This record gives sequence, structure tokens and C-alpha cells, in this order.
Amino acid sequence: MNLRRVFVYFPAFAKGYLRNPLGLFFSLIFPIILVLIFGAVFASSGSSQVPLTVQNLDHDSPQSQEFLALLNTTGAVSLSFVSPSAGNLSSYLSHNSLSAGLVVPAGFGYDVNHSIPVHLLVYTNPSAGSSSGIVEGAIQGAANGMNLKLAGGFPVVTPTFLNVGSTIYSYIDYLVPGLIGFSILVSPMFSMVNISSTWKRDKLFRQLSLTPLSRGEWLTATLLWYVILATISAFLLVAVGKAVFGAHVTITWLAAPFLIVGPVFFVALGLLAGSVSSTPESAGVIGNIITFPMMFLSGTFFPVSLFPAYLKTVAHVLPLYYVIDGLNNSMVFNNPSAVLTDVVVVGVLAVVFSVLAARVFSWREK
Amino acid sequence: MDARVEVSKLVKSYGSLRAVDGVDFTLRAGEVFSFLGPNGAGKTTTVEILEGLRRRTSGEVRVLGLDPWTDAERLKTRIGVIPQDFHFFPKLTPREAIRLYAGLFRSTVDPEELLARVELTDKADSYYDTLSGGQHQKVGVALALVNDPEICFLDEPTTGLDPRARRSIWDVIRRLRTEGRTVFLTTHYLEEAQQLSDRIAIINFGKIIATGAPDEIITKYGRRARVRFTGDAALADRLRALGFAADRVNGGVEVETGSKGDVLRVLQAIEASGLPWHSFTTISDTLEDVFIRLVGRLEDGVLPASEKPEAVR
Repeated sequence: MNLRRVFVYFPAFAKGYLRNPLGLFFSLIFPIILVLIFGAVFASSGSSQVPLTVQNLDHDSPQSQEFLALLNTTGAVSLSFVSPSAGNLSSYLSHNSLSAGLVVPAGFGYDVNHSIPVHLLVYTNPSAGSSSGIVEGAIQGAANGMNLKLAGGFPVVTPTFLNVGSTIYSYIDYLVPGLIGFSILVSPMFSMVNISSTWKRDKLFRQLSLTPLSRGEWLTATLLWYVILATISAFLLVAVGKAVFGAHVTITWLAAPFLIVGPVFFVALGLLAGSVSSTPESAGVIGNIITFPMMFLSGTFFPVSLFPAYLKTVAHVLPLYYVIDGLNNSMVFNNPSAVLTDVVVVGVLAVVFSVLAARVFSWREK
Repeated sequence: MDARVEVSKLVKSYGSLRAVDGVDFTLRAGEVFSFLGPNGAGKTTTVEILEGLRRRTSGEVRVLGLDPWTDAERLKTRIGVIPQDFHFFPKLTPREAIRLYAGLFRSTVDPEELLARVELTDKADSYYDTLSGGQHQKVGVALALVNDPEICFLDEPTTGLDPRARRSIWDVIRRLRTEGRTVFLTTHYLEEAQQLSDRIAIINFGKIIATGAPDEIITKYGRRARVRFTGDAALADRLRALGFAADRVNGGVEVETGSKGDVLRVLQAIEASGLPWHSFTTISDTLEDVFIRLVGRLEDGVLPASEKPEAVR
């Protein structure tokens, strides 16, 4: 191993990579696009409110205003109003593709003042899933609050809601490490499968074997490149996650092993997949068979804790799961002992597959 | 003369197929030596064994005194190679390619000077994948020369090139020779071998069937020189009666002539016969005739024992 040659070769490899827009797109830009899309779709659902259309038929009474104010303070729903002249709310809702509505009946204020039971009419759409429950809960809560006040009581039991750990975790906090894992998986896998098969076809390994560069030196330079790429991608994703969605993630030294051992493992795996296949086309197929299940089932886009039990079992045999779990443990929970387990798993896999790849991958022909 | 490459009883088997089947030859310092043969004759297998890219099954091989398989690391710094189907990294420029090689070989070569030598100066900063086939080969030549090699191995360097690009590569090969480098060339183009080589080995089915300077091969394996003129059967009969080996061929008469004196005697005889004749020409075999005779007959598998060239075992 001659490090001088590693550093002579490294810029040539890097240039070749950077001048191919497709590779750069998948390794750096695509994960950013994913964090923006998934972040926007899911991160907002935790904090944002369910829209609720209100038709107040007792508009002038302070009691109806008070009730709606109470409903508003739950923070669970965002109110929009339609005038009584809009007619039947149910048909208005379906006409406008809205899934939740509330009718405050005429005479609400009078009835409340005279302790006559009064009925609020609530429309929800069961197919809207959890948002119906949120609407029902919010209206129920507001009604209870109003009843309690009318009865002259005060709340005795009040819950205080806190999150696990010191910070408030949201979906984006899982998404950023997940997508760093995605980056660690995708850029070495796709390009190593491609390199090991097309370079073999185009005899580029033979060409390199005519120079003093050794296989080990070539591999070192290649690994170095993917470690750098993974690190750049990690910092970019954290920056975007923080800036756009206020993610609570930090890259600590505990994350470093995954940014090194992760790419090493996937470079070896990609090299192996490309070396055992006879054509670039079959290599691509093998690469996809390995990559895609891992991409979706390792907690890349969704925390594995949300998976059903049988999918959890699947996730636990996928190497990427340990990379992402380790990144979560280091970047979100800052939990060194959990990180250690993940490092050991990924490290052992990386060593085993590197040895296997070195056996199979050859420059000269016997 | 100083031997740069020595090969004896070289065999390379792939299963039951003997791709190279007992080949002997020597490469002398400063010569251009060509392996000429049809596709699949064993040319590339042989050259890749010499370059240290392939392991031989048996036989002795010494390149610059080294065993190319076990001493590949030392050998590669002293030889230059353009492999068959040369490809390079598509998004590197010729200048970057040369710099990369210079760095790996710790060579002090001036990239600009090398680019000029292979006539690539105006394409020095174009990506490899935008260059033409001839320019690709020139990049290959430039890379083969980065380490100032003592021997250059060129494996079918002009296959698939247009005639202009081919001639331009030939110029480069001639320059290698004038620079005093030893060149090992494989080709299936006769003209290429004839134009460039000091010596040629004709190889077929893994065996060398003829070897020597182009003229020597023609003399040794070609038919004897002949004269041809237009004339009728009566004239051919007259000449045969006088003891000449005369034949009617394509409406003319052909007579074998062993020496210059024979030519004169044939002329005198036909003039003396009083029979009509005209268009007197001399004919001798070209390398192509020899090649077709040797390789063509071998391929038909009907090479008669009496005509079997010595080199075939």
C-alpha cells in the first residue's frame, strides 16, 4: 500500500464522478429533495391543525363565541366559517370536499343560559382517519370545558404532556438520520455495481493493472471518496433539516463510525454484486434486488418502531437498519452504549464483505 | 543481437482448448516484431502473457529478463502497453490521463511534449468520450509512453479505424522504432505488418507457422517468381518442349522462373518461336499470397505433409 499513489489516483476518480451529473444527483441532491418532500408532507402533520368548517347559526350570542374561542384554544383544529346562508352544511362539505364540519344551532346562547340541553352537530369523514378523532376530541374537550364552567366547577385532574428526553422529537428528527442512511446505501451501491461491471466490460481494470496502482490502493481511494461523499451528504441533510424544518439533530463524533464503516460495507457489497454478475445489465438487477428492500425496510423514511412486528423482524436482518439505528442513537438520542452495538454489527459486516469482495474481485485473468 | 523477449514452448490452455500451442520466438532490441494472424489465432493471449496480464499454462517466458507473471510489478514500469479494445475513463481528458499515469509511474515526462508527439495537442482538454476512435488510440499510445518504456506492446492498435487514422497510428509506431524502442505488434492486417515490421511471425491455431522478415517469408513460403504474357496453347506447348514449367492460366501463359537468367531465356524462346505474344510481365507472390496459402490451407486442414513449413510441429 503506497499512500502517495492513493492520492494521485483519488482526484482522477473524484473528477470522473463529479463530471457525471447522474451520480452527483443521486448521491447529494436526491436525498435533499427527499428530505424536503417527506419533511413537508409528514413533519407538518404533527404540528398543524385539522381544518374544521363551522356554521354558526347563533352568531350574535356571546355564548356561541365563547364556545368557539374555547375550541380554538385546543390548538387541534383550525376554524373556518361559512355563513348560515350557505344552507345545509353536510351538502356544503361534500360539495367542497371538506371532511369535518360543526353546526352551532340557532338559539345556542339562549339554551345555554337557561340550562336547556343543546346539541352541536358534528360531521366527520371516517375515511379521513385520525383527523376525525382529532376533531371529535377537540369539540368534546371544548364542550366539557364549557359544561364545567357552567356548573361552576374547576378542573381537579389536569394532565401535563411532556416528551421523552429533553427535546421534543418529531418525524423530521427520524427522517434526517434515515436519509443519511439512504445516502450511505445508495451512492456506493449504485455506483460500485455499475463500476465493477462496466469497468470490467470496458477493460478499465485491466488498464489500471498496467500501472503501478494496486487493487488495494484503488479500493482505498474509492472508499475515501464514498466516505467523503457520505459525510458531505450528512452535513447537507442536517443543515437542510435544521434550516427548513427545525430538526433536532446534530452530527457528533458518535456518528462518525457510521459515515466510515457504512460506505465501506456498501462499497464491498456493490463490488461483490458487480463482480459476480456477467454483464452490466444483470449486475444492475442484482444491485436493485439488494438495494430496494433495504431502502424501504431499514427505517429510512419511517421509524422502524412504527412497523408491524413481522416487518420489524425483517428490518433487523438488514444491515442498513443498524446504520440508521446507529445514526439515530448518535445524532438524535446521543446514546453511546446503543451506538456501540450498532457499530459492532456494521463493522463486522463491513470486514466480512470486504474480505469476500477482495476474494472475488480481480484485475488480472488467470 | 540483444534479446528483449524470449519465449519458448509457450502454452496457454483454456480447458481442452489450446489457445497458444507451443510458441517459440525472440524479440530483438530495437526491432518491430509483428504477430500476424486471423482472429482467434492466439495473438492477444500471447501478448497478454508477455504483459503479465495472463498466466501461462506452461513454457518459458522472459521479458527484459523477468518472468511477466511473478515479476509483474517490476515489469510494468519498464514496458508500455496498448491493450486490444483500449478504453479509458470517459470523463477524463488526455492531459489528465497523462498526468494520472505520470503520477502513478513517478515519471518526469512532459505532458505537453507527449501530447504533441501523438498529435493530440488540440484535444488535450476534451473529455475522452468526445474523441474519435483514432484519437482514443492515440491516448492509448501516449499512456503507453508515459513511463518511457523499453518495449511497447501494441495489440491490434488500428482495428476498427478508418484508413486515415490508421496511417496516423502507423506514423507513431514508426517513430517508436526510430526512438530505439522495441515494438511488439499484433495485427490481422497484412499491409500493416508488411509496412511496419522488421520481422513477422504468422500465427494460426496457436502455432507459429512462418517467421522472418517479410521478404524472407515470401521467398521461403511463396511460389517461385513467374513471368506472364499473352499467348496461346501452342506457345505454352513449345515452351514445355524446351523444358520450361509453363502453364496456360486465364488466357495467358505463365512460366516459372528461378533466376534472372531464366527470364531472359524465356523471352528468347518465345521470340524465336515466331508465335504471336504480347504484354510480358513478371509476377512474384506478395505477403498476402503467402498468408492465404499458409493460413487458408491450414484452415481447410489439407496442408500436404511435403509442403508443411518447418515451423509447424
